Amino acid sequence: MADNKTDTKKISLTRNDRLKVAWRSTFIQGSWNYERMQNGGWLYSLMPALNKLYTKKEDRIAAYKRHLEFFNTHPYLASPILGVTLALEEDRANGAPVDDVAIQGVKVGMMGPLAGVGDPVFWYTVRPIVGALGASLAIAGNIVGPILFFVLWNLIRWGFMWYTQEFGYRAGSRITDDLSGGLLQKVTRGASMMGMFVIGALIQRWVKIDFKPVVSRIKLQKGAYIDWNKLPKGNKGIHDALTQYNLGKGMGLDHIKITTLQNNLDQLIPGLAALLLTFLCMWLLKKKVSPIIIILGIFIVGILLHVVGWL
Amino acid sequence: MSAISMILIVIVAFFAGMEGILDEFQFHQPLIACTLIGLVTGQLTAGLILGGSLQMIALGWANIGAAVAPDAALASVASAIILVQGGQGRAGVSSAIAIAIPLAVAGLFLTMIVRTITVAIIHIMDAAAEKGNYRTINMWQVICICLQGLRIAIPAALLLIIPASQVRAMLEAMPKWLSDGMAIGGGMVVAVGYAMVINMMASSEVWPFFAIGFALAALTDLTLIAIGTIGLSMALMYLKLDEHGSNGSNGGGGNNNTGDPLGDILDDY
Repeated sequence: MADNKTDTKKISLTRNDRLKVAWRSTFIQGSWNYERMQNGGWLYSLMPALNKLYTKKEDRIAAYKRHLEFFNTHPYLASPILGVTLALEEDRANGAPVDDVAIQGVKVGMMGPLAGVGDPVFWYTVRPIVGALGASLAIAGNIVGPILFFVLWNLIRWGFMWYTQEFGYRAGSRITDDLSGGLLQKVTRGASMMGMFVIGALIQRWVKIDFKPVVSRIKLQKGAYIDWNKLPKGNKGIHDALTQYNLGKGMGLDHIKITTLQNNLDQLIPGLAALLLTFLCMWLLKKKVSPIIIILGIFIVGILLHVVGWL
Repeated sequence: MSAISMILIVIVAFFAGMEGILDEFQFHQPLIACTLIGLVTGQLTAGLILGGSLQMIALGWANIGAAVAPDAALASVASAIILVQGGQGRAGVSSAIAIAIPLAVAGLFLTMIVRTITVAIIHIMDAAAEKGNYRTINMWQVICICLQGLRIAIPAALLLIIPASQVRAMLEAMPKWLSDGMAIGGGMVVAVGYAMVINMMASSEVWPFFAIGFALAALTDLTLIAIGTIGLSMALMYLKLDEHGSNGSNGGGGNNNTGDPLGDILDDY
């Protein structure tokens, strides 16, 4: 790696240069296209570094063309690859025998496996968890929800991007070996456990199905329900009624106890219907039914069942 | 609606469109986009609640590889505008959600169009690279990002031109059974996002975690933070124990001095 203390002729990238690259990599997906995917954004990210490393025009042109090749990975996981590429380009600019094939090889070799890490960790674990946390506050009308989501997400994102780019830069080409080691795999595994745990909880909490059909009407015995006629008048009556009702744990409100299908299902385990609906969706998705079709289908079924009186 | 509010809405829409493809700051997520539109139109609470509800539906929507998920940006921006124009406040949230879903599909096509246009731009970049003209490359990258912004900003501006009274009349013309049914559908549709996530992550190793999470969530005293804490701790414990377990079995296969005292004791025993 370049050493800027002893040899002044060597060109090396300062922390500031690397920060510029990291900031620009925020826009890596900006020119996403069907031909070479993230290539434009990739070159855009590296631009300040390449311009510093190569001063001769033909060197620059070669570098630009080299980095307009096909590239695609998870946008945040591009950071460690950028770090490694910076180290390689720096070596090359200082005369090391790093050829195009080596640089291309590192990029292609890392982008696949890293995309496989980024999707489950960021899109399927961190975002659902942080998003659900924020959304549950927002639904209750709490402005902290979106703020918390925004701040937390961007702290995690920026921290991850900067740290892994630096890690890649320091490790140079050795990072590829590092990745096959256990750490990343462990992080992915841990994240998917945590993610599944929270998804399980979210299904119970947020998928709302309420079956209306009445299964039974039982006449309650005297004393098991509030006898409205015997309550004192005025505020004291309300007080007595609330005391007897005791948040639903005390006496019934009516002399007939109505049990709906939903009550029965909830006695098995609360949220059973939601769970079954989720399994149905999973099955349909595996059958390659488009999520859009499923979403529209659920709306139609919801409206139909409501009209019939089931929901 | 005042002219300033309208301009601010278009700016919010522009950012949401950019982020819909960049996926960095998350301005396109309903939680942020709807809240911002609520904020600039003075209907913060309604926007906030719409954002939270839509976010729950959009949790599992993610761009993976070349595939683009239903477009959260257009869905959140357009439904928030309709909510604000309709003037029903909180009551309008469930019909706004139902409108958002088809819009998410429309947004998908807009993204595909822009991504195809970008192919041509990449060839302009190629030509610029050939001449070593880095300023041109930078410029076109910025133009591409702006195109993605316009993808949402233009439909938002068009929606704003429709008079509020017309939007209101349309929403009020909706019969009760339809709006109630849509609200019920909105409660169930959340499951699709979760199903997408599960299909991606599920393995025999993680299913027990799912089951525990589901069962524990019935305890309403546990907040989401508490549930997250339990999940994180269990995952850490599992990985730690698993490490010990595999060390132990390695020791059993080879020599007994593997540096794992517990494993050694178990093997000797």
